[in-house]
Amino acid sequence: MPPTNSDESRDLAFQEAIDADRTVEPRDWMPERYRSTMVRQIAQHAHSEIIGMQPEGNWITRAPSLRRKAILLAKVQDEAGHGLYLYAAAETLGVERRELTELLITGRQKYSSIFNYPTLTWADVGAIGWLVDGAAITNQLALTKTSYGPYARAMVRICREESFHQRQGFELLSELSRGTAAQHEMAQDAVNRWWWPALMMFGPPDTESPNTAQSMAWKIKRVSNDDLRQRFVDMTVPQAQALALDLPDPQLRWNDARDHYDFGPIDWEEFRQVVSGHGACNAQRIAVRRAADEDGAWVREAARAWEGRQSSRTSAA
Amino acid sequence: MGGPAEQPDFRSVSHAEDWPLWEVFLRGRRGLSHQHVGSLHAPDPELALQNARDLYTRRGEGVSIWVVRSTEVHASDPDDQGPLFDPPSDKAYRHPTFYSVPEDLQL
Amino acid sequence: MTAGVAGLWVVDLREVALGLGDDCLVLSHRLAEWTTHAPELEEEMALANLALDLLGQARSLLTLAGEADGRDEDHLAYWRDDRDFHNLLLVEQPNGDFAVTMTRQLLFSTFQELLYRGMAAGTEPRLAAIAAKGVMEARYHVEHARLWVQRLGGGTEESHRRMCRALDLLWPYTRELFEPTESWSRAADQGAVPPLSSLEEPWRHSIESLLADSDLEIPGFPAWQSGGRLGRHSEHLGHLLAEMQHLHRSHPNASW
Repeated sequence: MPPTNSDESRDLAFQEAIDADRTVEPRDWMPERYRSTMVRQIAQHAHSEIIGMQPEGNWITRAPSLRRKAILLAKVQDEAGHGLYLYAAAETLGVERRELTELLITGRQKYSSIFNYPTLTWADVGAIGWLVDGAAITNQLALTKTSYGPYARAMVRICREESFHQRQGFELLSELSRGTAAQHEMAQDAVNRWWWPALMMFGPPDTESPNTAQSMAWKIKRVSNDDLRQRFVDMTVPQAQALALDLPDPQLRWNDARDHYDFGPIDWEEFRQVVSGHGACNAQRIAVRRAADEDGAWVREAARAWEGRQSSRTSAA
Repeated sequence: MGGPAEQPDFRSVSHAEDWPLWEVFLRGRRGLSHQHVGSLHAPDPELALQNARDLYTRRGEGVSIWVVRSTEVHASDPDDQGPLFDPPSDKAYRHPTFYSVPEDLQL
Repeated sequence: MTAGVAGLWVVDLREVALGLGDDCLVLSHRLAEWTTHAPELEEEMALANLALDLLGQARSLLTLAGEADGRDEDHLAYWRDDRDFHNLLLVEQPNGDFAVTMTRQLLFSTFQELLYRGMAAGTEPRLAAIAAKGVMEARYHVEHARLWVQRLGGGTEESHRRMCRALDLLWPYTRELFEPTESWSRAADQGAVPPLSSLEEPWRHSIESLLADSDLEIPGFPAWQSGGRLGRHSEHLGHLLAEMQHLHRSHPNASW
């Protein structure tokens, strides 16, 4: 159907509302492309929370103290909760969680590439908390002001709950760094492996990020990839010093003129490889999710069947 | 998250085993009325209540929970926002600031 | 407590707290193994809550058990071999499918709730305090397990078949729940813990009436396995501990 005057005026009114910082709500009219962008972004965010349970969950049964075990279990549980909040936000746009799960386990919808790296030692749990959650929070704080109401409100709740996630990672690494030589080495090795992937979490450079302009205009995205990345680097360098751990970048230094830290080039080829499915754990992560879904089908079905029988019993009585 | 107006306009056909959506309302320890906090999937009311407890009260946010099937919520049409919500704006006399009282008086 | 039995009492308190603490620790570990594998995300939350509750109880009980000889919770959790663990055989049984996990939870939590109710009213103040908090949690665990056993028992043909199999698999381990060790009997004589024989009837009644409501029944063969409380375990516990303890033991004297 060719665009009509009324479509154009609706588009205009929509942009005006966005420009006036009004949130978009589920039953409001919205351009189809806004709706589909939003569904995709929220779904990928939800998938990331759910897939993100795996690398850390890998260490729950081996946590080296009962206190750490409780913290890690609570944190991974929070991630399941955050996935749930986000799926619920996506569902307000008229998709079902079932469809999104299918898209995830058939590899047709992505999640954050960071979770395709393996957690090889206990220190990785700390590095994920400190660097990966640190990067995620930088990103998510910006998203609390995103234009889609349910997404923004989910982000507010998530950011509030996640405040302990980064702290526990920092504390865990700090304990290792100040511990035995073997523990210190474990911590440094983990930081060496997670630093660059954490920087990639903000996405490709602005010059190569095709969707950024439209997303900024619609205020889905409020800060650009490169600006968020810089914000994260500036915040993290002093924390690394406090931890007495090195960040693996010889070009990392303060730049007075820019009033920011300079850092070395990111290996975008590695990023592309992992995004396109060739990371260390892509297949494994999806297989676990798929198995949980398939193995759980008889349980979900039994509960539905039981409920059906109860309601028919009630209505017969 | 926001009010029940967030229920989607349509739903696609789901699998036989998939659980329906419920809206969750919580009343806090010192809270006022129950407030909408989000939604979840559950096969029946009893599990919906337990799931709500597990998902939305992990940090002691509530002492009382309501769950309502999302399909049972009737929402106002956003296009009626004007007729439904604008009229009160010219009834300033409903608000305390409408009235002038001596400034040194506590009222 | 009179002075004459004080020496004896320390040993018995330690035994009792250790057995109950090991139940919680081992079952918490099993439940945590479900992480990322639950049948639905909402149930992911529930299983983690059960695991966290039990881990919290384990930490309080192990701390109490270690007080007498200055061993902390981690020392007790990470440096004992399986022959020194005193948990029930029931809680170390592998997760199996969701029917096995929920059946195990029903059988154990129903027992634990009754036990904690008695202990909360007992004469040993620290055990009573742990039980008073734990009983609220156990109550919720029982509720959750009951809802699921009902739904799986009366759900589909497949879920019903799986529930029958789970009951057959786990029933043999239920005798041990009501077999007191010598320490338990002495602690019960002191009024610190309920006599286990007093729990069996209400436990059986609670399970039986739920199963009857769920198109299920108690298996027709007698429960006969025991030995966990005395350190004679199934093969499963050794593997569980190997996984749980290896990192901690690889770095002796490290703190985490």
